[in-house]
Amino acid sequence: MTEPRPRVAVVVFPGSNDDRDAALALESLGAEPVLHWHADSDVPDVGAIVLPGGFSYGDYLRAGAIARFSPAMRAVAEFAAGGGHVLGICNGFQVLCEAGLLPGVLRPNESLSFVCEDVPLRVERSGLPFLTRCEDGQRLTIPIKHGEGCYFADDELLAQLEDAGQIVLRYEDNPNGSIASIAGVANAEGNVMGLMPHPEHAVDPLIGSGSTDGALILGAVVDRARERLFAAA
Amino acid sequence: MKATVLVRPKDGILDPQGKAVEDSLRHLGFTVDGARVGRLVDLEVEASDPEQARAEVERMCAELLANPLIESYEIELEEGS
Repeated sequence: MTEPRPRVAVVVFPGSNDDRDAALALESLGAEPVLHWHADSDVPDVGAIVLPGGFSYGDYLRAGAIARFSPAMRAVAEFAAGGGHVLGICNGFQVLCEAGLLPGVLRPNESLSFVCEDVPLRVERSGLPFLTRCEDGQRLTIPIKHGEGCYFADDELLAQLEDAGQIVLRYEDNPNGSIASIAGVANAEGNVMGLMPHPEHAVDPLIGSGSTDGALILGAVVDRARERLFAAA
Repeated sequence: MKATVLVRPKDGILDPQGKAVEDSLRHLGFTVDGARVGRLVDLEVEASDPEQARAEVERMCAELLANPLIESYEIELEEGS
């Protein structure tokens, strides 16, 4: 008998464009992805939720500012409050920040240019749920592609994040002006994480530069979903 | 009642858009010392009096129109409109 596949929801907003890539990557890593339309507030019984990249609502006002009012986001917030694992990638990271599920905000890149390239990242907190397949200090190569990826937190918040160990990934060569070279952060509990790089584009060795480092992060999403859904079995 | 919200990048926050505008103005031969680019939102608010309108717009700013981490805002009400 083959191992059952844990269901992982990928929320689709109007303007999401990496939802299918995320779903395909999760499927290749052993999950059963469920594309979930944002207007539907009832998120099905899933083991984890991914908010994908894209340009929800055309990035109007501020990236992620409108998507956070989607009916599905209320369910995402409840899921997270109950300890469920939520990963936001790129636009998904922006949405989580605007929704207050993650600290800080993402601003237009310091260069004002869209950046699209493979970037080296350093893992800062391998103990967190989405980084269990990584080691501290491990170097990952994962592509970025964004115009608004400049992470910002004021001095007080930044000190707080550093102390609490909520900065989980840093760029080796800061590509967008992010404060403290931050590429990803987690909430205090560690069950919600956001990152600007796109792990779903670094899972299949035939795509892009051939890096499969993204599988380390998305694979951990599948691990967490499996634990949640099949722990009782 | 008409209300206008001016959203600005907070003091001390790097504003790359403003910097690009400043550089372009200099390039055109203008003498400028600093440019900041914000956002303007014109609103038509249903309210019986200015206080109520202002309170309503304050809530709009807090909940959506500005992100307090990086932006400040100012509300102007057009009395008698």
